[in-house]
Amino acid sequence: MVTGAPVSEEERILSSSASIEELLAAITEIREEDALAVVDDLLANGTEPQAVIESCRKAMTIIGQRFEAGDAFIPELIMAGEIMTGISAKVKPHLSSSHGTGGVGRVVLGTVKGDIHDIGKDIVGSILEASGFDVLDLGVDVAPERFVDAVRGEGVCTIALSCLLTTGFDSMKATVAAIEGAGLRPQARIMVGGAPITEDVCAYTGADGWGDDAATALRLAAEWADRGAS
Amino acid sequence: MIEPTNSAAPPDHAQSDDLFAGWETLGWRERRERRIARWLEAGDIEFADESVRAAYRERVQLIVDAVDLKKPARVPLVPQMGFYPARYGGLTVKESMYDYDALASAWRRYHEDFLPDVQADPGLPGAAFDLIDSKFISWPGHGTEDDTPWQYVESEYMRPEEYDALIADPSAYFMRVLLPRFAKGFEPLAALDPFTDFVEAATLPYGLIPFADPAVVEAIERLAEAGRATQEFLKAMGEMSTDVAARLGLPVPFSGLVKAPYDVLADTLRGTRGIVMDRYRRPEKILAAAERLVPLQIDAGVRQVAAAESPFMFIPLHKGADGFMSDADFREFYWPTLKALVQGLIAEGIVPVLFAEGGYNERLSVIADDEIPLASVVWWFDATDMAAAKRALGGYACICGNVPGALLAVGTAARVETYVSELLDAIAPGGGFMLGTGTVVDDATPETLRAMLETGRAWRG
Repeated sequence: MVTGAPVSEEERILSSSASIEELLAAITEIREEDALAVVDDLLANGTEPQAVIESCRKAMTIIGQRFEAGDAFIPELIMAGEIMTGISAKVKPHLSSSHGTGGVGRVVLGTVKGDIHDIGKDIVGSILEASGFDVLDLGVDVAPERFVDAVRGEGVCTIALSCLLTTGFDSMKATVAAIEGAGLRPQARIMVGGAPITEDVCAYTGADGWGDDAATALRLAAEWADRGAS
Repeated sequence: MIEPTNSAAPPDHAQSDDLFAGWETLGWRERRERRIARWLEAGDIEFADESVRAAYRERVQLIVDAVDLKKPARVPLVPQMGFYPARYGGLTVKESMYDYDALASAWRRYHEDFLPDVQADPGLPGAAFDLIDSKFISWPGHGTEDDTPWQYVESEYMRPEEYDALIADPSAYFMRVLLPRFAKGFEPLAALDPFTDFVEAATLPYGLIPFADPAVVEAIERLAEAGRATQEFLKAMGEMSTDVAARLGLPVPFSGLVKAPYDVLADTLRGTRGIVMDRYRRPEKILAAAERLVPLQIDAGVRQVAAAESPFMFIPLHKGADGFMSDADFREFYWPTLKALVQGLIAEGIVPVLFAEGGYNERLSVIADDEIPLASVVWWFDATDMAAAKRALGGYACICGNVPGALLAVGTAARVETYVSELLDAIAPGGGFMLGTGTVVDDATPETLRAMLETGRAWRG
């Protein structure tokens, strides 16, 4: 486009919608510098921050789908998350304070007591967040009672328990029992996840579902959110 | 097949030890035969009687035959133990890390009661980590509960801008920068000059000045204490190990551990998140650093084997597993330097045992690399489709695995028996296979573990 002359409203919208496409491409192709530069341009051109956020969400959905299809991998997920963080820092000053994200459903997430592995949990968290879930991440080495407290406070639909060590199986079982014991089972479904999790482990812990990758976690959470809503 | 080249110079002790006589003239196979012959001979072990000696040799031979892709007399049973022997012996993880006599008797009992074909790894001395005040693991009393296994604390111990310093001089970088971040006990080492400064008499005395620093003196005393704690641990576990070999005829499977160069960076130095940033922001630094680490890891392997009987070197593989990177990235960032390490070890007569944790289904076509000599390595699988592994590697490399840790932890004996029978029927015929666990076992029941071992022991294909 020739610059210098003032542009009409129509041209401004056209150019900005082209850039939104560019943003989507830059994120999904994991071009960090380009993505951040496009966001700078968009915001300088007066693009609604909401449109930037929407584009980010769309990009994360695409990356999530690629991950599920085996065409994207942990580096893409982590790096896309990193790009999101960078964009978020740029967009935030332009947002009104009341703006919220999420809305698809609530998830309480954590690595169970005795286990401090966080990579799998973090990936699940960022995929769920990017797919519109409100995620409360309790961190690692989370005791059953902390899950119970969080579920009580959140009105949660899904609880996601993570572990990498087989030692975590008993913690998962104890956590499921604690949630059940607190009478919170009816309002929430519990998934257990991590590399060593199998159907046997799921049965052992008493959880409602299981997965050994982030894509499965997302599919389960979405299914449960749909069922909860219907 | 391309033969790995022999290294230019024999190891230092070539003159004094028959094992290394004429070493520089030997090919990798002859070197390996020498090492295996020494392992079979077990000259340092005073066996209880000749039948135990024979049992020991039979077990070593089962493993050697599997590596040679022959059909062993029966399938070798090589479960990998983490803390299970401690649990079986009624110890908490904490007790097993601090009470070495209790640890040794738990390990004795595990070997007596289960009679696998190899000894279990001996665990770790907690006192050594206490004394150096380690930051890079959590262990009972230091961030984890008494009955929780120790775990790595992943972090960006190496900063992204430090690649060049690592590449320029890895030893100096480790001593002066990285180790002080690993543990408080190493912090004063940051004051020492690199030892490569010591090249002229005129300056050498000045390089000694930092050693007079009270903080350095104290640090060295503390490290010596940690070293003595490890000696104490090794004394108890060494006696146990010698006894288990002499009385039960069980060999020690591995002489040591080295790591894939990429994993040194991705596990230990930069962490999972850090290495991903680097993949996009400074990919050329990852490649250069991984290449720089290859000869160091080979050298570490050669030195460990020199101090042991077994020529088998354990290489746990982590961040190249399915999902951790694309196939293109595996070919570019992970495999070339791992392959160079494997070739370097093979050239020294060492048998690399590649323990592919997680899934390796997407990697099978890459690792079936015809520049790695026939029958020179063991590929040990976890969550990999063993039939696909056999299709890719059968007749080319020994494979091992893959009884799932979860099945041993929460399954029944009957389910384990079914799993193992089906695995053996599908994979073991023709040889070139060892029955192992998919993971290092912390949790099992005596019934499930026994079902695995006894099904394997009884199987005849």
